[in-house]
Amino acid sequence: MELLLKGLYRALDMLTSADPELVTILWLSLKVSVGAVVLALAIGLPIGTWLALGRFRGQRFLVALANAGMGLPPVVVGLTVAVLLWRSGPLGSWGLLYTPTAMVLAQLVIALPIVIALTISAIQSLDPRIRLEAMSLGASTIQMVSVLWREARLGIMAAAMAGFGGAISEVGAVLMVGGNIRGQTRVMTTAIVTETRMGHFDIAIALGILLLLLVFLANLVLTYLQQRQRYD
Amino acid sequence: MCSHGKISSMFQSKPRQYLRSSQTTAFRAVLALLSAALLLSGCSNKKSSDIILATTTSTYDTGLLDELIPAFTEKYGYKVKPIAVGTGEALTMGESGEADVLLVHAPAAEKAFMAAGHGVSRKRVMYNWFLLVGPDRDFADARAADNIAGAFQGISENKATFISRGDDSGTHKRELALWKASKKTPEKPWHQEAGQGMGATLRIADEKQGYTLTDEATFRAQQKSLSLRAFDFAGQDLKNNYSVIVVTKNPGSKAFSRFLVSRRGQSLIRKFRSPEYKKALFTPDAE
Repeated sequence: MELLLKGLYRALDMLTSADPELVTILWLSLKVSVGAVVLALAIGLPIGTWLALGRFRGQRFLVALANAGMGLPPVVVGLTVAVLLWRSGPLGSWGLLYTPTAMVLAQLVIALPIVIALTISAIQSLDPRIRLEAMSLGASTIQMVSVLWREARLGIMAAAMAGFGGAISEVGAVLMVGGNIRGQTRVMTTAIVTETRMGHFDIAIALGILLLLLVFLANLVLTYLQQRQRYD
Repeated sequence: MCSHGKISSMFQSKPRQYLRSSQTTAFRAVLALLSAALLLSGCSNKKSSDIILATTTSTYDTGLLDELIPAFTEKYGYKVKPIAVGTGEALTMGESGEADVLLVHAPAAEKAFMAAGHGVSRKRVMYNWFLLVGPDRDFADARAADNIAGAFQGISENKATFISRGDDSGTHKRELALWKASKKTPEKPWHQEAGQGMGATLRIADEKQGYTLTDEATFRAQQKSLSLRAFDFAGQDLKNNYSVIVVTKNPGSKAFSRFLVSRRGQSLIRKFRSPEYKKALFTPDAE
């Protein structure tokens, strides 16, 4: 209990003093996870929409795959991406292992199924008449998809938030592909692991509090956007 | 009639058309993404002066590398990426060329590594001691033992809880060698494998009031928050030698190895103090 209070005090101290190392770590966490989610949306929205509307063989199987992918263990993702990026691996010549880019890729793999699966359910829960009406008015594909996305924006924002939450909170994948290098690839979650291992529990708890705060602030922004659009 | 036909044909043809073009949209997005990834990779490819150092956790967790690496980078200009793993994993990384240089502490395994031709050079850097640590109540009466083998025998005979690293690290390898030397076989349930680094293993031993073998540096750096006490036998069989092994032809790895054994590197090691413990944690011993 005393340790928790010590951690809280430490967190306040770190925040008010704007510890430069802490700022680097927070900033990298945010950059990597936001980057991963933006990419996941860019890929996942079209795929999710296609899977939601498509009528073809294997469509259900792909939807089930996306749903199962929401439970993808980050360590497995980390291991797979690391094996691909190893010097001896197929993408080794890219020289990406232990770089923030590799961390973005790993978190993208984690966030993508979440975005796809939630996009599918957001689109499918729309009134089917919306699509029919748009088509009957002669809407082009792009016009119709933009109508659907506008109608499903609450669900799509939820997909973005869930994807971001999955990305920023995981530790297994960034630890493996990033290497937790101080000043280069250390993010909030891996910093917490390191400080715990070193026996600096107060710092670890402080970092935990700050990570929660970061996640909350990011979601606050997204929620405001989401709820404002509700009244448009 | 005519307009009706038009509408129905629209309903029939549109969905299929929609499908096809949304497939191309998705395809285009994936293409754009792949090219973006390629661009990104192109950006980070130019850092050929980076070297990857696979290191044992003790040098990392005590903060020693935070002193050595900036001094090295300042002098030679190579950026170092230290990856903290157990010695077993570090040697595997060296074998497959994933790391450029290794800082490890398992002499027998290192000799085998060099004999197999995986390394370019191997140099002694520093040493400290392994310690047996355990609960203050000393269930196995380790303090009465003459040497480490006697203490291990006592633990085995009393079936006192022993927390093993269980992760193929240098410390784990040494522990297994010590069991062999004491002519006792570690058995479940009193012998438990943590599968984690030294810091976490010490924590588990503390909570379970068990014994464990630890490197001196990690224990001293965390001693304040642990209730374990050390049984210091300081025999040659407990000497913990750290070596640097150059694996790849990357000029940075050779420079790093030279730096560690140089007068500057050795003096940094001698002067290194953890904030939690005011005495030296490593003794430099380069030839």
